[in-house]
Amino acid sequence: MEITLTLNGRRITASVAADTVLLDFLRAHGCASVKCGCETSGCGLCTVFLDDTPVLSCSVLAVRADGHRVTTLEGLEAEASEFVTFIADQGAEQCGFCNPGFVMNTIALLRENPDPTDEEIRAYLAGNLCRCSGYEGQTRGIRAYLNAKKEGRL
Amino acid sequence: MSGPLKTVGKGVRKKDAMQLLLGKPAYVDDVTPSDCLVVKVLRSPHANARIREIRTDIARKVPGIVAVYTYEDVPGKRFTMAGQTYPEPSPYDRLILDRHLRFVGDAVAIVAGEDERAVDRALRMIKVSYEVLAPLLDFRAAKDSEILVHPEESWHALCDVGADNRRNLCAAGVESDGDVDAVMSSCEVVLERTFHTQACHQAMMETFRTYTEIDAYGRLHVVSSTQIVFHARRILAHALDIPKSMIHVEKPRIGGGFGAKQTLVAEIYPAFVTWKTKRAAKMIYTREECQVAGSPRHEMEVTVKLGADRDGTVRALDVYTLSNTGAYGEHGPTTVGLSGHKSIPLYTGSLQAFRFAYDVVYTNVESAGAYRGYGATQGIFAVESLVNELAETLGMDPVEIRMKNMVRQGQIMPAYYNEPASACTLDRCMQQCAASFGWAEKYPVRRMANGKIRAAGVAMAMQGSGISGVDVGSASVKLNDDGFYVLRIGAADMGTGCDTILAQMTAECMDCSVEDVTVFGADSDASPYDSGSYASSTTYVTGRAVEKACLELKEKICALAAEMLGCPASEVVFRGREVARADGRASVSLADIATKSMCGNTLATESTSSHSSPVSPPPFMAGMAEIELDPLTGKVEVLNYQAVIDCGTVVNPNLARIQTEGGLVQGIGMTLTENIRYDDKGYLNERSLMQYKIPTRLETGRLAVEFAPSYEESGPFGAKSIGEIVINTPAPAIAHAIYRATGHWYRELPILPERIALDLASEESV
Repeated sequence: MEITLTLNGRRITASVAADTVLLDFLRAHGCASVKCGCETSGCGLCTVFLDDTPVLSCSVLAVRADGHRVTTLEGLEAEASEFVTFIADQGAEQCGFCNPGFVMNTIALLRENPDPTDEEIRAYLAGNLCRCSGYEGQTRGIRAYLNAKKEGRL
Repeated sequence: MSGPLKTVGKGVRKKDAMQLLLGKPAYVDDVTPSDCLVVKVLRSPHANARIREIRTDIARKVPGIVAVYTYEDVPGKRFTMAGQTYPEPSPYDRLILDRHLRFVGDAVAIVAGEDERAVDRALRMIKVSYEVLAPLLDFRAAKDSEILVHPEESWHALCDVGADNRRNLCAAGVESDGDVDAVMSSCEVVLERTFHTQACHQAMMETFRTYTEIDAYGRLHVVSSTQIVFHARRILAHALDIPKSMIHVEKPRIGGGFGAKQTLVAEIYPAFVTWKTKRAAKMIYTREECQVAGSPRHEMEVTVKLGADRDGTVRALDVYTLSNTGAYGEHGPTTVGLSGHKSIPLYTGSLQAFRFAYDVVYTNVESAGAYRGYGATQGIFAVESLVNELAETLGMDPVEIRMKNMVRQGQIMPAYYNEPASACTLDRCMQQCAASFGWAEKYPVRRMANGKIRAAGVAMAMQGSGISGVDVGSASVKLNDDGFYVLRIGAADMGTGCDTILAQMTAECMDCSVEDVTVFGADSDASPYDSGSYASSTTYVTGRAVEKACLELKEKICALAAEMLGCPASEVVFRGREVARADGRASVSLADIATKSMCGNTLATESTSSHSSPVSPPPFMAGMAEIELDPLTGKVEVLNYQAVIDCGTVVNPNLARIQTEGGLVQGIGMTLTENIRYDDKGYLNERSLMQYKIPTRLETGRLAVEFAPSYEESGPFGAKSIGEIVINTPAPAIAHAIYRATGHWYRELPILPERIALDLASEESV
């Protein structure tokens, strides 16, 4: 099947098999940030935006993106780059394999709710698994970023 | 080294942090070509079976299929996939493909094809006739069972570990100090209990994966997510029966390891395909494959007999561990040792005698491997739980009973290879933990207005820092243009940040900034030899090698500078960014020395050093958990977890803290949610992350981490280790808190809500 979509701001037309999942399609189109951790919609690593909604790309058929905008971390570097320095300052990136999905979903959270409580952060990101960090460093990093913004340091 | 430390001890950013956080290509599948053969394995549906007949002719005809291999195509020499120093303690019990299949998931055939679709189709077209045999699934019945997991003649063990395939023994042994029976019989209180821990999975986010190709020299080039590039080279050479010189292994960034990647789980299959076909190949494990054919923790049953006096003096410990290595013996003989060696010595302070005996048995379940803690986790759950029971039995405060008995700095630990606790602040860890946690307020059981119960529990732990007398760490430091350094290592940063902390040490030694040091590793051709990143060795062992290499390099730089300054080397001083004459009359910048080193120079400004330690100084820690338990549902929520660790000098406080938090959460998962269940045919139930429940960020509680650093003279800048110890306290501390809340001791992990709820319900109905 032929599909046309806007990937990170660029319009592309491609031929895909009916059962190709968006995750595989995106990796084949140069979006290495999109990671596969589980194949069962259980880890959050493959989070991308379909239009402006975060979705698990392992559970979305590529054909569903036809006529839509798809954004991966490659397309959000500008929006992410300031925030992620606060995660780096905690050392909470660790192995990094879960980072893109976690960063994407954090961006989605902050677009929806620019001033979340720690509990709201944890609830929103509950579907983003991380086996290295124990999560607390990620929460501290987000909190430090929000504080810096509030205090006008950014 | 003199003066205050400038870089060691600082929470500097991980050198790869920004690239990883922005999702740049860094891992095996990102940095290797995708137009290569796809490799998959057909897996056994039976726990114990022999292949009567296997037909691959139809599978081979599937368009796009390049090769299908069976047991008839592979070398007949047995090997082990365990990444250990040669000669490996793990028995040689594997073939790449075997006619005898020993667990559900064992490899039956290898298929390689142009794309995944073709390979999936071909896998379905392989026709196998199995002679299904009765499986040996109960590890308690494995020793001397009529069912032999490894009946083959070609099975052999390189080391004397008490292995005997005719008895299903992967290892067996006993050791002791003092007359434990006599001391035990003179004790006023004797408790004996049996504990059971499950075969937890590391569940690193990046599954096993390997890319292989033939390079320009006709050698096998392996790019793999591995903690052990040098062991990988040797093991692949053994498995493929080719010279080691024909193999080159490198690792890019690794998406988590935790020990899983200390075993060659995936590498063998694409390597075999590439060697046979001379074509590039890649194998990426699915999460399901990780679960059914990975390298999880050894299931153990630990029986502890403890002898004490009424005043709480722990005088005798008698520990017997039965460990289940599954179908193959990877890490079987060594993991079991830690269940005694890293639990019993915690009580060196008062212990008069101990005995530690063990059997490691083969069964027809998934082969176990190395997982953070490596047996210590299992042993500490048992011993620490029983000490808590002792305290509760005697009506003593469990913190006090530990203060009374724990190992103290300077003591020789008979149960730890007679090594000394050369640097130990366990006493401070425990006291600081109690103070910061608020033990006095949290230990008493509290019934909340909502009907839930709050309670607290405690445990302490130790681990090692490398394998004494075995592990080798090496570092190569080179001066380059403008005076920057390249640090080459064979240790593998798997996300922990060892590249960064070793760069910090280099910067400290060379009196420069971390930005002046780039790190390269690990690569079996280019890196100096390193056993690999496991056994909590990298900071302690490789770190020391970094110090030694830097010391040597400084001498070389000074020699070259002296030449430039026209004076003897004894008359110059190294000042980081320059070398000056001692009289201060002249100096040359490091950049100029570097330039000189590349023009008409015969003195290499590069040094390589290796290090190995005759001792493995243990880090120590104390952990306390506060839980809230719902008696109606049995649900346990961890509210707070306090950890205080003595890892020696803290090289990077940020990374040490994150290591701790990550380890605590893995420990919480092991204790409460991560279940492993087999059916009566040996089929694993937990095959995905939907079923194998690792903690989400809603289940961790608030983690508080503090350090009580000792100074280990034999370590780099006084450092010991942090990576593994941090997983060891949650199980006994949380089980203790659950006892406090319910009156029930749970000695089997995980402690699921339904077990608690049913126990409480049956009590009510009485």
